[in-house]
Amino acid sequence: MPAVQETVDRVRQIDVDQYRYGFETLIESEKAPKGLDEDTVRFISAKKDEPAWMLEWRLEAFRRWQTMAEPTWARVDYPKIDYQDLYYYAAPKQTKALASLDEVDPEILRTYEKLGISLREQEILAGVVRPDGEGAPEERRVAVDAVFDSVSVATTFQAELKKAGVIFMPISHAIREHPELVQKYLGSVVPTSDNFFATLNSAVFSDGSFVYVPPGVRCPMELSTYFRINEKNTGQFERTLIIADKGAYVSYLEGCTAPQRDENQLHAAVVELIAHDDAEIKYSTVQNWYPGNSEGQGGIYNFVTKRGDCRGRNSKISWTQVETGSAITWKYPSCILRGDNSRGEFYSIAISNGYQQVDSGTKMIHLGKNTTSRVISKGIAAGKSQNTYRGLISAHRKATGARNFTACDSLLIGDKCGAHTVPYVEAKNSSALFEHEATTSKISEDVLFYCVQRGLSQEEAVGLVVNGFVKDVLQQLPMEFAVEAQKLISISLEGSVG
Amino acid sequence: MNVALLKPAPEHAPNDLFADARSRLPGTGPVADVRAASFADFAARGLPHRRIEEWKYTDLRALLGQVAPLAAVPDEAALARAKAALAKLDVTGTTRFVLVDGVFAAELSDAPDAGVTLRRLCAVLGDEANAVRADLLRTNATNDVMVAFNAALATDGVVLGVADGARPEKPLHIVHVATQSAVSIATRSFLQLGKNAQATLVESFVTAEGAHDYQTHDAVVIWLGDDAALEHVRLVEDAHDAANISTAIVTLGAKARFNSFSITTGAHVSRYQAFIRFNGEDTHASINGINLLKDRQHGDATLVLDHAVPNCDSREEFRAVVDDSARSVFQGRINVHPDAQKTDAKMMTRALLLSDEAEADNKPELEIFADDVTCGHGATTGALDDSLLFYLRARGLPEKEAQAMLIQAFVGEAIETIADDSLREAAETAAERWLKARS
Repeated sequence: MPAVQETVDRVRQIDVDQYRYGFETLIESEKAPKGLDEDTVRFISAKKDEPAWMLEWRLEAFRRWQTMAEPTWARVDYPKIDYQDLYYYAAPKQTKALASLDEVDPEILRTYEKLGISLREQEILAGVVRPDGEGAPEERRVAVDAVFDSVSVATTFQAELKKAGVIFMPISHAIREHPELVQKYLGSVVPTSDNFFATLNSAVFSDGSFVYVPPGVRCPMELSTYFRINEKNTGQFERTLIIADKGAYVSYLEGCTAPQRDENQLHAAVVELIAHDDAEIKYSTVQNWYPGNSEGQGGIYNFVTKRGDCRGRNSKISWTQVETGSAITWKYPSCILRGDNSRGEFYSIAISNGYQQVDSGTKMIHLGKNTTSRVISKGIAAGKSQNTYRGLISAHRKATGARNFTACDSLLIGDKCGAHTVPYVEAKNSSALFEHEATTSKISEDVLFYCVQRGLSQEEAVGLVVNGFVKDVLQQLPMEFAVEAQKLISISLEGSVG
Repeated sequence: MNVALLKPAPEHAPNDLFADARSRLPGTGPVADVRAASFADFAARGLPHRRIEEWKYTDLRALLGQVAPLAAVPDEAALARAKAALAKLDVTGTTRFVLVDGVFAAELSDAPDAGVTLRRLCAVLGDEANAVRADLLRTNATNDVMVAFNAALATDGVVLGVADGARPEKPLHIVHVATQSAVSIATRSFLQLGKNAQATLVESFVTAEGAHDYQTHDAVVIWLGDDAALEHVRLVEDAHDAANISTAIVTLGAKARFNSFSITTGAHVSRYQAFIRFNGEDTHASINGINLLKDRQHGDATLVLDHAVPNCDSREEFRAVVDDSARSVFQGRINVHPDAQKTDAKMMTRALLLSDEAEADNKPELEIFADDVTCGHGATTGALDDSLLFYLRARGLPEKEAQAMLIQAFVGEAIETIADDSLREAAETAAERWLKARS
């Protein structure tokens, strides 16, 4: 199995520190004053040249946020965050109205090169993350929106997408250029009052992506966003809004990285997906924020609210996530299955090593008739990490014929880590058919012995078993991401085999 | 359903309740201190509600409103009614220890077999020579608020001991009989099995004719010594407007065997919470149960298993049949502690929904801190299989009968885990009675 060999080789190349995106880009940036009050919100709004309604929306969220308490129910443990000790807005300088990529600060471009995203490369982004440079299996085009700290620095392929009628732009531009769409959909899936972090995001979000796919259009290429936290002491609050109108289809990829720093940084994003009749949205994430060093110092606090609304009949939303980074992950991509016959899917690989803490899962809320959902979650805990799956499946009175299948498996590597499963299954009508199964085990000694006996090293054998364990989920990822994800998995587990 | 309860302003009610009961609660000195502290804890936290994670699906504030005042000591007439209720018990051939309205009734109880010691809880608590008597009202197993409430108000119970190596022939049978209405009944019982001892414990909850709307607050604390084996069967057949909030706290020694089965057909609101801890290696526990619910019944089974030591097995299977607008809740948690390697734990919960208003909530949790373990859980929720129904109907069975047959099969699989023949029959009878009442 060449892929396994390759991942093992990669692991070998990496010496002590396994995080390869830990560099810092030295560019000048412009920040809002430290701390958070109404003026900060006004400052961000003014920076973005936002209309009055948007500012009002933010302020309302901010006022509500002040009355809310940070949630404590998740199985994560971190020192209290001082929300006044953060920068809420940091932007690379000279970002006004970029006509082309040439105007972008070369430092930023170099950053993206290091990340493996060659924004300029023949204007075609083939094999987004293939740092080894092996041949791309096929030429696939991906439109990229790159978000650097608080602002979007470049969006590619806008013209071509425009021809197809697809709107793909930073949300800050969309607020100005397509206020009717933004006003209609923003906050309609994750309301400003939703939860502590979502409300904070509503008040201070600085940028993110906006996608609108008009009726009947199949988006001609994959859309992708790369998020990068660069500045010190900053929080990143991005907001993504994706709308697939009737019969539309879009596949969206998201990747995240951050420099290595000793302090913890906050990332609180909100993603809203809306699928109308017969529409389909496929949302894939490879989350590789800096996880902290081997002593558990530093790393990103990733508190994310992601929710999809299957608003129309026969609509479908599919979440796929590979979570390898962040010191703390608090993330529950969910589907509200409102339309009849709608379908929600959640495929997840969550890997924790070192002192990482992951509390992730999904909610599938069946409201419409004959709605179906499928949840496949694979958690791998190594080192001294804690890995929790937390999920809710619920069928309401009128959701006749609701159907769910859930499988959440955990794999433990080492005896200092923990794997936990906390599913909630609520059926409120008799025609709902729910099946849930979960297992936790360690890699079987027999299987390892079998592999080692046939000439694989211990590490190769573990790589083989782990890749087999997560295969169901990897298959759901678009090609480019699948390759990256497979490497990430090996890297994340580096040092866990004793 | 709370109309019959006393209705003082809610914030004053619990304190009055304790103040009124205080003079008759057994135990002085340290016992009274534990009671006062437990009650203060309860008064501060109040009845659990849906914001309390462990009680998320069983909101006692909504379901009970408040706790009823403590039942009076039963008089002659009450004991006579209790006796009539005992005559109707399905379980026979046991050594009965009868608690009427929370007070041990010696005249209705049997003498224990050889090797079994029996004391009344109130006697132990009142025994000032016993330095550790107050510990009976303390527990490290949980800080559940209803257990605190029970500690504060437990009026009586039985303290049973089975000597090392003893094997009493007849099952030990604790029977709770309620004869009063709109009251709380609080009891706490103990069973300690010595090394290599073997016994069967049955707990029955029944109602005397005419008793309504009462609340049973029971706790049973069980220790199994090394190599001990216990068969445990609970039958909850309380009146259909009563509440039954019961807790079992079980500690298992090395190489012990614990096989528990609980069947609930009665009570408007029931909650059975079991906290089971493995304290010695090579121990096996199997905890099973069924909830048969209809009308507006609410039945909750909550299990917490603590695998604190290596090399133990546990198996749990809980099933629920839910009809009308009833609601079944199952919460199971398996905790595997950091050094509990080679733990093998399986938990399964199945709910069968018979009506569109029925509801089943399942929360099977795994919390694992050791790597060399095999743990799993499964949960299913669904209606009766249409194709099976069709098969039976095609062979001439009327719909209700076909349904009954499938339900019986579903329930029967769980009942089969009871080892004792006569107890298994008693559980089957209880299930059949429920099915008959349905059709």
